[in-house]
Amino acid sequence: MNQNAFCIIAEPAWRKLELLLTEIEDGKKPDVAELPRLFRQVSKDLAVARSRGFDTALVERLNGLALRAHQVVYATQRGSLSRLAGFWTRTFPRAVRAEWRAMTVALVLFYGGGLVFGLAVIIDPDLAYRFMSPYEVDQMQQMYDPSREMITRPGGAESDLMMFGFYIYNNVGIAFRTFASGLVFGLGSFFSVAFNGLVLGVVAAHLINVGAANVFFPFVIGHGAPELTAIVISGAAGFRLGWALVAPGRLRRAEALKVAARAVLPLVYGAGGMLVAAAYLEGFWSASAAPKLLKYVVGAALWIATAGYLLFAGRYRGAQRAA
Amino acid sequence: MRVDTLHHVETPEGVELVLRCAGPIPRAIAWGVDLVIRGLGVGILAAGLQWLGRSSMGLVLLVLFFAEWLYPVIFEVFWRGRTPGKRALGLAVVRDDGLPVDWGSSVLRNLLRTADFLPGMFGAALISMMATKSFKRLGDLAAGTIVIYSASEVAPAWRVERGKGLLPHAPVVALTLDEQRAVIAFAARAAALGQSRADELALVAAQTLDGRTHSNGTPSERVIAVASWLRESGHTAGDVGHQPSTEEAS
Repeated sequence: MNQNAFCIIAEPAWRKLELLLTEIEDGKKPDVAELPRLFRQVSKDLAVARSRGFDTALVERLNGLALRAHQVVYATQRGSLSRLAGFWTRTFPRAVRAEWRAMTVALVLFYGGGLVFGLAVIIDPDLAYRFMSPYEVDQMQQMYDPSREMITRPGGAESDLMMFGFYIYNNVGIAFRTFASGLVFGLGSFFSVAFNGLVLGVVAAHLINVGAANVFFPFVIGHGAPELTAIVISGAAGFRLGWALVAPGRLRRAEALKVAARAVLPLVYGAGGMLVAAAYLEGFWSASAAPKLLKYVVGAALWIATAGYLLFAGRYRGAQRAA
Repeated sequence: MRVDTLHHVETPEGVELVLRCAGPIPRAIAWGVDLVIRGLGVGILAAGLQWLGRSSMGLVLLVLFFAEWLYPVIFEVFWRGRTPGKRALGLAVVRDDGLPVDWGSSVLRNLLRTADFLPGMFGAALISMMATKSFKRLGDLAAGTIVIYSASEVAPAWRVERGKGLLPHAPVVALTLDEQRAVIAFAARAAALGQSRADELALVAAQTLDGRTHSNGTPSERVIAVASWLRESGHTAGDVGHQPSTEEAS
């Protein structure tokens, strides 16, 4: 059979498949009973057209049709609400525990660095100016002015919303960048985690030095648990990416990178979600007029909850399911 | 080894699909188009929300966050792999196995754009695209995705216009399947090449193919005449009553 005869016979099926695919792609829900048969036929026609050396244009058309059908037939299902719930109750904490090595490195780097530099600034207060410009120090001291007993933001409730937007834009952005820059053999994540820990340590130490501790700590303790933990988690995710390139094990580097990226994806989602929660707390709770004692209690509870969640959530159900 | 920009996927049906990978230039343009769209969107919104005072700053920052990180992901997942910029250039993102991008792949490739940007102006992305077979930037490598020319942009079919050019002419040498394919592919592309370039390419092949020492046609017309013969007669020389595709020619 030559090309023209071939086309005449098969054309009606191709047209039918084309229409069906267009409807599905436009989001309609046509009757798909015929789809598998048409898909198989166009696959066969494509193979025939190729092996007989038919026109490039015809082969290309059939290739396009087969590809579109392939995409429809083998499409993966998008996430559902129950999967989303499963993510927070099981997938995320499990993924964090599975990456415990990277988590340990990130935790030590972040809090260890913060502690070392914080202690250094407490011992020698002038060191603070080595890490921050006088302008930054001044800004910070105004924000946590000890004579006002509360952190000061101009504008009240309006400004709370503004700060919420800012925290989302800034903090989630930092977490995403911390993760992504881990691709450079983990170096980007290393610097990002170390730098953020250092700044936290220096700022806290300096504010202790100038006597603003009882303004600063009630403010940060509230959102600190989700926020700082999320930065550590995104750093750990970045380390894992970088490590896949440094020591790919028995896989090729490209393949190891793919595997690692899939493995840490829950960490990235989770860190993003935690930072949204942290931004909400930071915008609407941390700066509120609630009594300091309450803030300390709530803050401490959040730290315990965060740690408990990441350590224990999703342990039992997994065991049952595996059995 | 064949050097081309094609990516092959074998389906469970046992047929090989061919995807045409897009290189750095169209992808950079698509990114630029998206950048302009995002910039305008945020700018217009910021101008429109002025009257809200300081709260509006918060909303603008939220939208800015959305535009920076989520815009490409949302479009790629819900719009079959195409952001508006990609759509404008006929591009789409798909997974290595030819399937539509899922949330995971899209999030990964778009977050890792940060690493691709390093050390500035997408230097890492460019090097990675040059070094990999299907123009993958780092994000594509990690996510297992490729950017292709989307399936709906099919090349227009080549048609022999009756009464135009030379009559179909049999080749005087035996042609292998690949050679026949090359001749037909030339005929399909000749119009896009421009007359003089097409003649230049056809010059050597023309006489070998039709064996004529004198012809009133240009070299490209002579090769197209052979292509017409190949196509009309078919490779197993079946007989054809009529040709549906040539009837419509003006």
